[in-house]
Amino acid sequence: MQESLSNPRPSSSPSGLAMRWSNFQRRYAPYIFISPFFILFLIFGLYPSLFSLYISFQSWTPSDGWGHWKFVGLGNYAFTLTDPMFWRSMWNTVWLGVFSGIPQHLIAIPLAFVIHMVLSRFKTFVTAVYFLPYITSSVAIALIFNTLFATHNGVINLIIAHLHTWPVLGWLLPDQNINWFISANIKYALALVVVWQFTGWNTLLYLSAIQAIPKDLYEAAAVDGASRIQQFRYITLPLLRPMMFFAVSLTIIGNMQLFEQPFVLLNGGASTATPGGQTAAMYMYRTAFEWLDMGTAASIAWILFAFIGILTYLNNLIFGRTARGGD
Amino acid sequence: MREQKRGALSSLLLRLGGYILLILGGLLTVAPFYFMFVFATQQRSEIFGFPPPLWFGEHFWSNYQILLQKIPFWRAYWNTFYLAFMITITTLFFCSLAGFGFAMYNFRWREQLFGVVLATLLIPAILNLIPFYLLIYQIGWINTPKALWVPAMAGAVGIFMMRQYIVAAIPKELVDAARIDGCSEFQIYWRIVLPLIRPALGTLGLITFIGAWNKFADVNVIMRTQETKTLPVVLRTLQGATDVEWGAIMAGTALLVAPLLLVFALAARQLMEGLTSGAVKN
Repeated sequence: MQESLSNPRPSSSPSGLAMRWSNFQRRYAPYIFISPFFILFLIFGLYPSLFSLYISFQSWTPSDGWGHWKFVGLGNYAFTLTDPMFWRSMWNTVWLGVFSGIPQHLIAIPLAFVIHMVLSRFKTFVTAVYFLPYITSSVAIALIFNTLFATHNGVINLIIAHLHTWPVLGWLLPDQNINWFISANIKYALALVVVWQFTGWNTLLYLSAIQAIPKDLYEAAAVDGASRIQQFRYITLPLLRPMMFFAVSLTIIGNMQLFEQPFVLLNGGASTATPGGQTAAMYMYRTAFEWLDMGTAASIAWILFAFIGILTYLNNLIFGRTARGGD
Repeated sequence: MREQKRGALSSLLLRLGGYILLILGGLLTVAPFYFMFVFATQQRSEIFGFPPPLWFGEHFWSNYQILLQKIPFWRAYWNTFYLAFMITITTLFFCSLAGFGFAMYNFRWREQLFGVVLATLLIPAILNLIPFYLLIYQIGWINTPKALWVPAMAGAVGIFMMRQYIVAAIPKELVDAARIDGCSEFQIYWRIVLPLIRPALGTLGLITFIGAWNKFADVNVIMRTQETKTLPVVLRTLQGATDVEWGAIMAGTALLVAPLLLVFALAARQLMEGLTSGAVKN
């Protein structure tokens, strides 16, 4: 560095034009460097969103031709909000959000604690195994589970039939093959798939938060005679709150837009179980690409957007404050 | 003395219970992958026979033949790879460049602009599906791969990751010294910064490639012909027909999943650390 300071290279000695270019690129470099994101966002993010807001007040199907839409005011919104199929899909979404969301965290938190406490050498390996489903294509997962959920001789039904012969546990389980692909049952199948796919991701999040907790806290508690379970209850859990807030937020946003798993398990809407398992995102998709009603589909997207916004806000209000209150 | 013994015993039991729990959970996690590979080597009648096959059969080749016959399999494989490759390469360049811009310069509106980048992360992606389709339809990019990789060139996640890494890894003095040496701003990025952030580029590349490889919702909407579809989308179309060839579908699924399993086996630690680094620091 010293050398270069005392001995400037001749190329940097100013001629007028080069000097001006040098100043120009220095001054505007950061703006140029960050501009691709903003250009792409304006074209492919913001503009289409605003356009879809516009189209949500129009009646339009692609075969009408570009530009040949008809203003219908709040008609699309009124249609959506009075459509029983929409409310059914919203109910499915919320049901799935709860029953595929809560178990993920109830399993992941203790699991991460056990991994942290019990393992040392194999910690990365075991976490990686649990993490595998997260990096796997949702379509692949749904196709695999499609075979596993088969009514006759499907692996999952055979396991349930076997567990039925066990004491106690058997009483809780039905003694007949379950047809997972009927409206009443498909939600349970979907919830199971989603829990299987995302528990590992949450485990990884919680594990990384647990590893950040200082060891001397546990040591001090152990000296005071706290058991492992007490340590979990009074040290780990309270200190995990910020991560819980983060992980739960991700789960809410993810679960409210569940699409690929139900889309594939319901065969794109062709399944007889569709009414019971169709999520709001899937209903929006079908409105646009099956019934080609772009205006109504856009209105569904905006209603869903508002709904997710409210949920995120409530999560912030209830969970966020206490999560941050600890610091 | 007795107290201590009991403590040791209970801790041993807890440990044992922990191992059993972890092994059981691990088996449940791995089982569907195992069945995928097993079913890929079995005929349809065997997959749903009693008992279901627990070990590999000899029909992988015939399943593969069915696959080739019903869908343009290798074409779809190439499409998937091409899309993932283009998204990854462009993301690495534009996100590291923007991350460098946000990390190493003081400029007007910097915090606000970075706030905008982060705010776009909160927009639920699926809600953009219909507007995005309408735009692509409007500009006539339906059935062209660029419709899928151009918009994905500079994602917010990548910019955030790169900025965090550059702030921590690159001393400002180094950048200043390069400037005094006569480097232009872009040369500083290209010659000084890029070589120093290789580990972060590796992680971002992995994450981006995996995400792009698994893309479904938008590909499904934009790519309307069999020749332009990616593997996840084209595999799904096999499901629609009557007499679904589940053996062939599982063979295709296995070929879709296998490369990622391989990549993950080689770089699991790096990937998991990369994915959680943003979450932990905040």
